[in-house]
Amino acid sequence: MNSKTADRIATAIFGLIAFIIVAILIGLFAYILGNGLKHISIEFLTTPSSNVLGGSGIRDQLFNSFYILFLTMVIAVPLGVGGGIYMAEYARPGKITNLIRSFIEVLASLPSIVIGMFGLLMFVNLTGWGYTIIGGALALTIFNLPVIVRVTEDAFNSIQGDQKEASLSLGVTHWHTIKHVLLPSAFPSILTGVILASGRVFGEAAALLFTAGLSTPRLDYGNWNPFSDRSPLNIFRPAETLAVHIWSVNTQGIIPDVVEKSAGASAVLIIAVLIFNLSARWIGSKIHKKITATK
Amino acid sequence: MEKSVPAKERLIKSKNSRMNGEARGRMLVTASALIMIFATVAITIFLGSKGLQTFTKNGISPIEFITSTKWDPTNAESPLYGAFPFIFGSFAVTFLSALVAAPLGIGGAIFMTEIAPSWGRKVLQPVIELLVGIPSVVYGFIGLSVLVPFIRENVGGLGFSLLTGTIVLSIMILPTVTSIATDAMASLPTALREGSLALGATRWQTIRKVLIPAASPTLLTAVVLGMARAFGEALAVQMVIGNVRTLPSSIIDASATLTTIITLNMGHTTYGSIENNTLWSMGLLLLIMSFAFILVIRYLSARRKI
Repeated sequence: MNSKTADRIATAIFGLIAFIIVAILIGLFAYILGNGLKHISIEFLTTPSSNVLGGSGIRDQLFNSFYILFLTMVIAVPLGVGGGIYMAEYARPGKITNLIRSFIEVLASLPSIVIGMFGLLMFVNLTGWGYTIIGGALALTIFNLPVIVRVTEDAFNSIQGDQKEASLSLGVTHWHTIKHVLLPSAFPSILTGVILASGRVFGEAAALLFTAGLSTPRLDYGNWNPFSDRSPLNIFRPAETLAVHIWSVNTQGIIPDVVEKSAGASAVLIIAVLIFNLSARWIGSKIHKKITATK
Repeated sequence: MEKSVPAKERLIKSKNSRMNGEARGRMLVTASALIMIFATVAITIFLGSKGLQTFTKNGISPIEFITSTKWDPTNAESPLYGAFPFIFGSFAVTFLSALVAAPLGIGGAIFMTEIAPSWGRKVLQPVIELLVGIPSVVYGFIGLSVLVPFIRENVGGLGFSLLTGTIVLSIMILPTVTSIATDAMASLPTALREGSLALGATRWQTIRKVLIPAASPTLLTAVVLGMARAFGEALAVQMVIGNVRTLPSSIIDASATLTTIITLNMGHTTYGSIENNTLWSMGLLLLIMSFAFILVIRYLSARRKI
């Protein structure tokens, strides 16, 4: 075969591959939104779910998803940013740093179901809490930590060296430089990374199956006392999140309108992830413009 | 002007020493790093000791557990604990989905970096990022409601099959493979391309004979990372693969993987029973495999030429 013909065929094949990838995404989104949007209504979002009857909603699951996400981030962000600062600023190149890096790599590559099993062992059985929101949030923290560490480390490493040097040469201590010069500069990138990670946490199910459980007690949204059993804020109650709900109605549920409900719930999940994605980009560039001189 | 006050006394003095904050800050971030090490070690030790109980406490032979194809833990007279069908299922879906995702992902990466660097990247980059964002249960749900009936009617079998699981996983790992492969191709020095083109090679010849060999260790890393993700994926596969205990005889047969059996049975078995312990052993296998994947990636990145 002529090498020019081969080149043209190859170009066409690569174009086709790119087209397939785009088509897969469009197909997925069209299917989820096309089938799901018509099932989303105020009623769907505000009625509690049922394991047997049709016509139920996802109120509690939606609340649980956001609540677990919030708790996870409250724990994971300070730890992850701290770990990232350590890796970027204090860790000296050498055996110990390599070891820590390997540990982070291992943690990042663990399948989420393995983290769920560890959560079951540690936060459910060992502590005797049973299936709880806090157990789920801690499992998701483990799942999420390596991501935030990496984001923070990258953000710190991408700051121009002269900012740090200027601060240090003014006699400011290292920690003070980190806190008042480097962290503000790195903030937009870290925030973007954290919001993107939130999208991942929001859709995560395997790590929550065995830690936050498959059920939600009857909640009373008038009761905001975090220590009461029926309060939505109680962190020691079991909680089924939206992603777990989609899985459980499809595999174990007996409700008659499984397809409609899961299509609606999937659409809500996808829309939430989309919002996380877009807002991450938007907020990141907005803050970057605000705190730097770039127009 | 007060000339009589010496400079020493005019300095603004802070009551707390700056060095206190320094030590505290350093301790804070070191503690955060230590927590991560602690978590990794704890996971390994806990899952390790729990996963080994099947062999130490319940006296099941590890060889039998890994090689026997008979899985019947609920048989009251002679329960059988052969996990080979699940181990086989895990490896089968992992390799098959890598076989599908690798050409697509690397092809997409080449399209973005070599064929249409200007607009190709602008279109495909957000597509890849959105694909990463779709939660695994949503993939599973679409697989269940679209792919399973499609395969049942057009290919044969029940629809719940190795093939369905492979397709779902291929799409799930596609963004992982594509984004790392894109980074690999983009980081190749331009001189390589220009040198080859200047010798009269066509673009395809350049890609095939120069660029892909130069980037091969990183491209392989991309595929291995995708495989690691496929091996550990639980819910999406569980929804479409059928979850049977027997070894599949063809690609349209229902099958099961380590993750799907764990997902399915962890809630139904009593904590501490032999069947439950065997699930923990499967979890330990997953952990060992993710260590193995990391070792492979380490080996590959050590071979990186450029």
